[in-house]
Amino acid sequence: MKKTFSIGGVHPDDKKISAGCAIEVLPTPKTVYISMAQHLGGPAKAIVAAGDKVKTGQVIGEPTGFISAYVHSSVTGTVKSVGLRKDLAGIPVVHVEIAVEPDEWAEGIDTSDTLVTEIPQDPKFIVDRIKSNGVVGLGGATFPTNVKLCPPPDKKADILILNGAECEPYLTSDYRIMIEKPRQIIVGAALMKRVLGVNRVVVGIEENKPEAIEKMKEAIAALAAGSSDYAGIEVMTLKKKYPQGGEKQLIDAITRRQVKSMGLPIDVGAVVQNVATSLAVYDAVQKNRPLIDNTVTVTGECFPKQSNLLVRVGTPLSYIIDFLGGVPESAAKAISGGPMMGKAIANLDAATLKGTSSVLFLTEEQTRRKPETNCIRCGKCAEACPMGLEPFLLNKLARNGMMDELEQNAVQDCIECGCCLYSCPANIPLLDTIRLAKGEVIRIIRSRTAPKK
Amino acid sequence: MNKLLVSPSPHIHSKTSTRSLMLDVVIALLPSVIVSVLYYGWSAVVILASSVIFCTLLEYLITRYLLRKPCTLGDFSAVVTGIILALNLPPTAPWWVAMIGSIVAIGVAKMTFGGLGQNVFNPAITGRVFLLISFPAIMTTWGGAKGFIGGADAVTGATPLGIVKEGLMQGQTLDQIFAAHDFSYAQMLFVNIGGSAGEISALAVIIGFIYLLARKVIRPYITLSILATVAIFSAIFWLVDPTQYTDPLFNLLTGGVLLGSVFMATDYVTSPMSDKGGIIFGVGIGIITMLIRYFGAYPEGMSFAILIMNSTVPLINKFCKQKKFGRA
Amino acid sequence: MTTTIIWTIVAITVLGVLLAVVLYLVATKFKVEEDPRIDEVEKVMPGANCGGCGFAGCRAFAQSCVEAASLDNNFCPVGGNEVMKKVAAVLGLEVHEKAPMVAVVRCNGTCANRPVVNDYDGFKSCKVKAALYSGDTGCFYGCLCCGDCVAACQFGAISMDPQTGLPVVDEDKCTACGACVKACPKKIIELRNKGPKNRRVFVSCVNMEKGAVARKACSAACIGCGKCAKECPFGAITVEHNVAYIDFNKCKLCRKCVAVCPTGAIHDINFPTPAPKPEKAAPKPAAEAAKPVSEPKQDSAPAANPVTDKKEE
Repeated sequence: MKKTFSIGGVHPDDKKISAGCAIEVLPTPKTVYISMAQHLGGPAKAIVAAGDKVKTGQVIGEPTGFISAYVHSSVTGTVKSVGLRKDLAGIPVVHVEIAVEPDEWAEGIDTSDTLVTEIPQDPKFIVDRIKSNGVVGLGGATFPTNVKLCPPPDKKADILILNGAECEPYLTSDYRIMIEKPRQIIVGAALMKRVLGVNRVVVGIEENKPEAIEKMKEAIAALAAGSSDYAGIEVMTLKKKYPQGGEKQLIDAITRRQVKSMGLPIDVGAVVQNVATSLAVYDAVQKNRPLIDNTVTVTGECFPKQSNLLVRVGTPLSYIIDFLGGVPESAAKAISGGPMMGKAIANLDAATLKGTSSVLFLTEEQTRRKPETNCIRCGKCAEACPMGLEPFLLNKLARNGMMDELEQNAVQDCIECGCCLYSCPANIPLLDTIRLAKGEVIRIIRSRTAPKK
Repeated sequence: MNKLLVSPSPHIHSKTSTRSLMLDVVIALLPSVIVSVLYYGWSAVVILASSVIFCTLLEYLITRYLLRKPCTLGDFSAVVTGIILALNLPPTAPWWVAMIGSIVAIGVAKMTFGGLGQNVFNPAITGRVFLLISFPAIMTTWGGAKGFIGGADAVTGATPLGIVKEGLMQGQTLDQIFAAHDFSYAQMLFVNIGGSAGEISALAVIIGFIYLLARKVIRPYITLSILATVAIFSAIFWLVDPTQYTDPLFNLLTGGVLLGSVFMATDYVTSPMSDKGGIIFGVGIGIITMLIRYFGAYPEGMSFAILIMNSTVPLINKFCKQKKFGRA
Repeated sequence: MTTTIIWTIVAITVLGVLLAVVLYLVATKFKVEEDPRIDEVEKVMPGANCGGCGFAGCRAFAQSCVEAASLDNNFCPVGGNEVMKKVAAVLGLEVHEKAPMVAVVRCNGTCANRPVVNDYDGFKSCKVKAALYSGDTGCFYGCLCCGDCVAACQFGAISMDPQTGLPVVDEDKCTACGACVKACPKKIIELRNKGPKNRRVFVSCVNMEKGAVARKACSAACIGCGKCAKECPFGAITVEHNVAYIDFNKCKLCRKCVAVCPTGAIHDINFPTPAPKPEKAAPKPAAEAAKPVSEPKQDSAPAANPVTDKKEE
């Protein structure tokens, strides 16, 4: 029997309507706006000023603090300004504005297509390359990859999990790279395997992507035949269920180990990386190519042209949309990411980030929330919650501000997957209130534990 | 598109709504409704219509004039209550009995608590129990109705459970009672020889149950645990003394056990949320039902059992939580 | 029959006496020794338990007053000086008088002033909205209009004006407990001096964006031009992060700043006459802009946050 995570989950319609569209390269726009806050943790500090000439792949932002990442210029051109610009939520963030000129790559970057399969012996070299090329997790959280690959010395990983679940409806960018660049992904996995010193790598892919499973298996077989570095890498077909791509859920599905409340995957000996991150690791280490572009799915039933595009970081969303024919009249909401966990876009002039995986358009009818009615205590939210929580209860507690009870009922375990709100027949905005309460409870827990340390 | 819609995730919703769930329940009730109409004829139509009309009308009037809140008729919960109440009444009951039942069900059991979702007790059963206690004669007399098919007009008197209870009280053994009356399991399964509109056909209820399961409206645990408990409980007593205690199949097929366990005990609002809680709830209902049937004054105990267990639901919910992820 | 009644009466009486004795014993045994002055102080408190003083409730405040050596750090914003005088009388302490305060909404992003670009479709809460994005308008700093302050106010002093979409403080009901200040995720509401005759002047904007950007998002925004700071004879106005702030302790209510503000971001409340025109030849539109500001307050009805007419230049 195919594996999946043990508690809860929902089955939204797949709607992978852009699955058949091969990845196209989007022409670079006239101006790019590169955000300094593209990763979890401290925003990068811009090290260029207006008037500077930059080359493609040149560092323009340096990390501040341990959890932070380098930011590179995705184009060649002249810096026009460094200053606040609104991100997709309309919140002012420091951006570097660059007027684009024809591409001229910074030195030391291999821009050829040849596959480099030889794995460097020195893990430190690999980590340094990952760090200096600004690789961050592309599964959604944009956590700096080098930090994740270097767990504290008292914790040891024994399995690396590559997340190819792509359990959200509509999204197809991971699917396309698994079909088009499977070998690069596997080389990336082998690189991370070397860093972590693990013997086992599992690529988890949901059963609704048979072609991707096939291609990845082929790639592993071909590479394993050439070198022992690729031993122990396997593909695992998973049952289709949302949120399979959640870190904790994927570990549970593949290894049957459950990460403790407030714990990290490394606590159970697992490290999870997205397949897109693995591709970025390959580029960073084998080609010394920084993370300056990524695959973005532009989709939605109401959108005239489904596509998967290779987009330079910092490209304004409006440029991508205009390139594909403009925003359709019937679209009501634009979402960055999937329909379950993605962020609604408030500002279409915002620029793409490293972690932007999709722009999804939904119509009023698909997305407008229905008026809230009485809770009928059906328990569908609790049934759907992959963390085994009771959203109906948490919602009530949150609305009354009962922090102690919220903590007892494990609101801090919520992964914000949206299953509760998705399945609520009374249209109660469960996750809205729970998310807020979760933030406050985590703040309380941190403030309580901080002085002791 | 002029303004971009912004909301927190998730941005899509399963198409389930309170209304769609309630409509599914109505559809699942249709087989029982059809059987009762065919078998009891116009009197069943009158009782069904009056019950549904009074339930919806009352809910409308209360939300409109007393609570002054938006009308909640659109969720169809009042219709469900009306149908279930009607199926719990003898079809020969006059229309005003249905009206009083509706007033108790909607007015007392549901709206005083704040409407759908807030009530502690199942409205339809509260209505039925109120009627059973207030009008025992009307509520336990069957027959005289002219059906569209079959010879229902020949049937008068009590339900099989009532006949058995009375016989046992008069000192007869089960063999004598069964010899005097012609109960067959096939009859009970397809069209029973007496009983309230919803009790007469076990098969119709089972069809509804399968529909509800297939549509994922309910989970099977509550229903199955009630049926299993009733079967096991009666099997033990029956094996000990087959002359005094009726057999498991008889107990499963008669009275409101099937109707109650499929449609009334599984009411979302008044049943536990977790599967574990549902099983405890179901076992409790099964035991109380059989205790009343074997040792109580009433021949039938399903309604009382459900009401009693309804009151324990908050406790069950508190202590039967599902296992949380990553917590021992 | 009679014996039954008699026995019942006797039994109940005996039971009652027994239980009374038990209750008495328990009450004396477990009596908590407390300073009786706490009760006395609590009696003169307003009893709203709003938490505006920084304590959990009126009793906690009373306890702290009794324990404290002076009342300098304890002040009941709801009861104000009157209540504090009574508290001081009970305890025999000096009272530290404070000027009465009132909550002031520092945003004038009315529907007319701030063009709406987004449509919010989630749980109606400013906090949820603030965590999600900048708000429905181009202004990241302004009011989110979901009424968390209204919900936080225990005194019914704040309501949403359906026409402007902004909260309005009822001066008479506001007790300056500060609950709304804490509830507002954008830190728009401020407790300010109520002022002599309830007259006060404040900057009704907290937008820290550069002038042009702020102006684009909202026609009533403070653009940080600094004219008011230059005009102020008392040095009460500071401009920091592109937004002006009037120190209410220094402000003498001359209203010169109101007249020069090019966007009408400075509001004067409860003045009987329009703001005086600047002595020197100030730019005309500024003077025009200032005029309508004071118009709505000619009658005595207090309006903490009057609607400024929108100005088109």
